[in-house]
Amino acid sequence: MTVRLQQAEPVRYSRILGLGAERGENVVTNDDIAGPIDSSDEWIRQRTGIVTRRRAGADRDVLDLAEAASVKALAAAGIAPADVDAVIVSTVTYFAQTPSAAAILADRIGANPAAAYDVSAACAGYCYAVGQADALVRSGVARHVLVVGAEKLSDFIDPTDRSISFLLGDGAGAAVVGPSDFPGIGPTVWGSDGSKATTIRQTHSWSELREDPSLGWPTLRQDGPTVFKWASFQVGQFAQQAMAAAGVKPEDIDVFVPHQANMRIIDQMIKQLGLRDDVVVGRDIAETGNTSAASVPLAAERLLAEGQAKSGDIALQIGFGAGLVYAAQVVVLP
Amino acid sequence: MANTEQEILEGLAEIVAEETGLPTDAVVPEKSFTDDLDIDSLSMMTIVTHAEDKFGVRIPDEEVKNLTTVGDAVKFIAGAQG
Repeated sequence: MTVRLQQAEPVRYSRILGLGAERGENVVTNDDIAGPIDSSDEWIRQRTGIVTRRRAGADRDVLDLAEAASVKALAAAGIAPADVDAVIVSTVTYFAQTPSAAAILADRIGANPAAAYDVSAACAGYCYAVGQADALVRSGVARHVLVVGAEKLSDFIDPTDRSISFLLGDGAGAAVVGPSDFPGIGPTVWGSDGSKATTIRQTHSWSELREDPSLGWPTLRQDGPTVFKWASFQVGQFAQQAMAAAGVKPEDIDVFVPHQANMRIIDQMIKQLGLRDDVVVGRDIAETGNTSAASVPLAAERLLAEGQAKSGDIALQIGFGAGLVYAAQVVVLP
Repeated sequence: MANTEQEILEGLAEIVAEETGLPTDAVVPEKSFTDDLDIDSLSMMTIVTHAEDKFGVRIPDEEVKNLTTVGDAVKFIAGAQG
């Protein structure tokens, strides 16, 4: 060894500098979708808390949603696209194996030649990507990272499916993560359990479709009660670990932003976590539906935009879903 | 320590009452969870989770659909406690 390498200079702290949100433009009511699943507005509201879901039209794909949310997040953060060093997109509804959605998105928003890659972590994907962005910024590998959770789940549903399709909506949420004078992103508590890979799943793989075209376009399914039980009673411990890792107590949390899977899961989690009575809770699911990787940033952005939460609030966010996967962290809202 | 079937019934009734708001005396062995007590699948999973904690047993998710009546659940829990 004749030379000594330089390594990137670490940065002390990171935070979320700005959030952006984009929802599908069409408001889809429970009555609109209840027929093929022999259900009703009352049944769906009572079991899920969903009143409407937002879905995008045929002329907008997941990249269009991601682009709109990204432009808003950069504006909110006050960061020029050219100053973005890395773009991370979490999605399960970009239907091309390669190249990545992130590379195309980076170019579209003017962040070319930023590093760009996709992550596949379903409903936990945004929190996974925030964890990565935090690590990239603090390690000095990237200065500004654009994180986007984007889904057009209406391309991945079966109108006759009673397990999950009726919950799902389309949208994108984006965050710009960058250097900070104060600690703005607590340690990410994340993990997976692939032994439960079939509890939320694609009906058949693309290679199975190639073998048997009569199978048709794959769609999503879940074992609803099993997922409900896991999400309601097992996932909360990861939120508790994230609070402990960040050195905060449940009573320090101003805002709780769980993945918007089901209002009853959200209510069960609140009961377990011992949060303050006046904690502000993301309940965007009522109007937007479950948007998988987009749901946490959409819910957080909404609370800020509507004035229920404010810049500087301490927020506990957690994503969980197909994998099974989960990720949680405590953040300071931008 | 194993509970008697009467103790399990009383404990289960408390769990059901907490989840549904029904009076505990409505929770009797011959009642069906879905047809008589109007308990949906998500409430059932909540009740099952609390019952697992309370009675120290494991009720597999695939077993839950076989627990039609309160009595079925009491018998399953008693059997699982051994």
